[in-house]
Amino acid sequence: MNKSRRNFLKTSAFMGASIAGVASTKPVKGAPKNILSDDRMGVLVDTTVCIGCRKCEWACKSAHDMPTDPIEKYDDRSVFDKRRRPDAHALTVVNEFENQNGKFPIDVKVQCMHCDHPACLSACIVGAFSKEENGTVLWNGDKCIGCRYCMVACPFQIPAFEFDKAWSPDIKKCDFCFDRTKKGMLPACVEICPMEVLTYGKRSELIRAAKEKIRLYPERYVDHILGEHEVGGTSWMYLSSKDFAQLDFPKLGKNAAPGVTEAIQHGIFAYFIPPIAIYALLGGVMWLNKNRKHEEHGGDE
Amino acid sequence: MEHLFKPTPIQKKFFTPIVIILSAIAINGLVFLLGRFVFGIGAVTNLNDQFPWGIWIGIDVAAGVALAAGGFTTAALGHIMHKDKYEVIIRPALLTAMLGYTFVAMSVMIDLGRYHYIWHPLVMWNGTSVLFEVGICVMIYLTVLYIEFLPIVTERFIGRVNLPGFLAKFNNTVDKLLRVLDRALDKTMFIFIISGVVLSCLHQSSLGTLMVIAGEKMHPLWQTPILPLLFLLSAICVGFPMVIFESLISSKSFGLKPELDVLEGLGRMVGPMLLIYLTAKMVDVVIRETYVHLMTINTESIMFTIEVMIGIVIPLRMFFSRKISKTPEGLFWASAFVIFGVLLNRVNNFIIAYTPPYAESSYFPSFGEISVTLGFIALEILLFRFLVMIFPVVSTPQKVAFKTKYAVKGLFR
Ligand code: SF4
Ligand code: SF4
Ligand code: SF4
Repeated sequence: MNKSRRNFLKTSAFMGASIAGVASTKPVKGAPKNILSDDRMGVLVDTTVCIGCRKCEWACKSAHDMPTDPIEKYDDRSVFDKRRRPDAHALTVVNEFENQNGKFPIDVKVQCMHCDHPACLSACIVGAFSKEENGTVLWNGDKCIGCRYCMVACPFQIPAFEFDKAWSPDIKKCDFCFDRTKKGMLPACVEICPMEVLTYGKRSELIRAAKEKIRLYPERYVDHILGEHEVGGTSWMYLSSKDFAQLDFPKLGKNAAPGVTEAIQHGIFAYFIPPIAIYALLGGVMWLNKNRKHEEHGGDE
Repeated sequence: MEHLFKPTPIQKKFFTPIVIILSAIAINGLVFLLGRFVFGIGAVTNLNDQFPWGIWIGIDVAAGVALAAGGFTTAALGHIMHKDKYEVIIRPALLTAMLGYTFVAMSVMIDLGRYHYIWHPLVMWNGTSVLFEVGICVMIYLTVLYIEFLPIVTERFIGRVNLPGFLAKFNNTVDKLLRVLDRALDKTMFIFIISGVVLSCLHQSSLGTLMVIAGEKMHPLWQTPILPLLFLLSAICVGFPMVIFESLISSKSFGLKPELDVLEGLGRMVGPMLLIYLTAKMVDVVIRETYVHLMTINTESIMFTIEVMIGIVIPLRMFFSRKISKTPEGLFWASAFVIFGVLLNRVNNFIIAYTPPYAESSYFPSFGEISVTLGFIALEILLFRFLVMIFPVVSTPQKVAFKTKYAVKGLFR
């Protein structure tokens, strides 16, 4: 074995080892905070009692220091002519749906669902999202680079982006009033709602309460708690008198949204063995071919 | 007759009518780009909360990465398989890849809302994020490409260092440094070459995994767990056609005779690759029973059909035909179809297939977005032309054949 060939092997081995070194630090450094506490909180939204007063929209904006019309303006029901979505200027919106066989229309408040296995958290390139102890999925503006991959990933199409801002635009979405709940206060929308549409509580207890409601009033509710199982479960859950597809909710399976992707990722990168294997294989092929050439040319190199 | 082919800087006039048109396109793009930085992404693009990604990601980044695959495929062929015959195409392919990835990085930069944080992925890691993996791989690979290009720079300047003014007294020192660098690179280059191929395989496939997390939001014709495999296969397929296509165009524009023998050899390898890609794609459609979506006529089914027929089936037939794949025209068109097919595949995956639940209208790129995309492509071509005039990249037949260290060996025709 001549010197350059020995060198070749040594350096290849070194490269492999250093890649492996990088890989082994990855899970530690690479995991954004993602706690799935048994005591996580949630909100149960009973759409059958919502009157569409939109006070929750006003409260949300006030609590987040966002510019808002005075609360009286929110009585204007003409906004219901259009289907609205939460955006960079409103973290929650209420939509109204016709109700053929009931007296009143159905109103539905929309915001981030605070998934138990958030797609946004799994997808974000810098780990700008975290799942907090109390169930909140929080966005961190000190990390976000504005790539908008979270928007591609979210199955509920929730994160919004400040497209109109040239410098340092934010991703905007409901933060479950993290600053208020931290101090023991209720989320602003829950606190203001005059009809007690919104119940804030431990997620496990909310599910029990919801099941009880469905059992007691089977003619009032469809037998489905949206968010109990969808995409692996969400902190916000809904009850309704109608099939959720008619209320503009996306039809989603029970599997957590990031599941397939993470399986593929972990397959390709299992302890970095596959990439190192390719590296070694290619190195071997290169070495063999070089050898062969050497013999053919009588080692004139 | 014996020719010694040796890469040399090309001596031609820089400005031609086409160059002037390209410059105009580039300037138009830069104007809109300025608009993006002054007024924000929303002002220049048609993007919104429903369609967060447009052609800057779908074409500039995704297709850009795929079409720069000539770099790693020729490196694998020439350096790892050691097929000396193909050495003439390695340098042009390397330069294309280097420029291609540079523009990919620039496109990412302009598309990022908070571009001043572009360095964040280097220190803030999220192991579950496909985008993180793609980003890191692309960053490292870009560095590797620059390192692979360095020997061409040292070759150009060794023995020719001529600094202006008082700096002239450093000529010798710089020359010596270059020689040291050159020798060091010579000894270690294989590390970078292998890494380049590994990194390429990784991010070419992961680029496919990117859209998997969009789940139901992506049309079932394209949404499949084997997307990474399909992306890798299609990238490998488009590598050589891209080299053939470029080499035919640049030999025409520089008035050189195309290396038909070499290009034909490349062409012979494309057919089987396309066959593998087509098989994988068809098996996927059959197993997931998504062909039912082809029975109805809509944008998705039409785009899918075009992608498969024009982008895979027709060039497959052409590359397998002895007669067609022996002529420059045949090679040119067959390659053009493959390139079109892969470009369309990326557009389909990232834009056409993406059907968000609450969209009020579908996305079509704005004039500004198209301007910037075209502007970047024009700039890339101009830079390529500029660089091959400075650096020894394109091989030309030499009149006096001295066998030097840098000569490309084994090229007798
Ligand atoms: S609803 Fe969307 S934004 Fe909210 S936690 Fe789930 S994935 Fe994230
Ligand atoms: S836009 Fe920000 S929060 Fe969303 S994925 Fe990108 S870096 Fe993460
Ligand atoms: S405040 Fe309560 S009743 Fe009023 S719209 Fe909001 S959820 Fe419905």
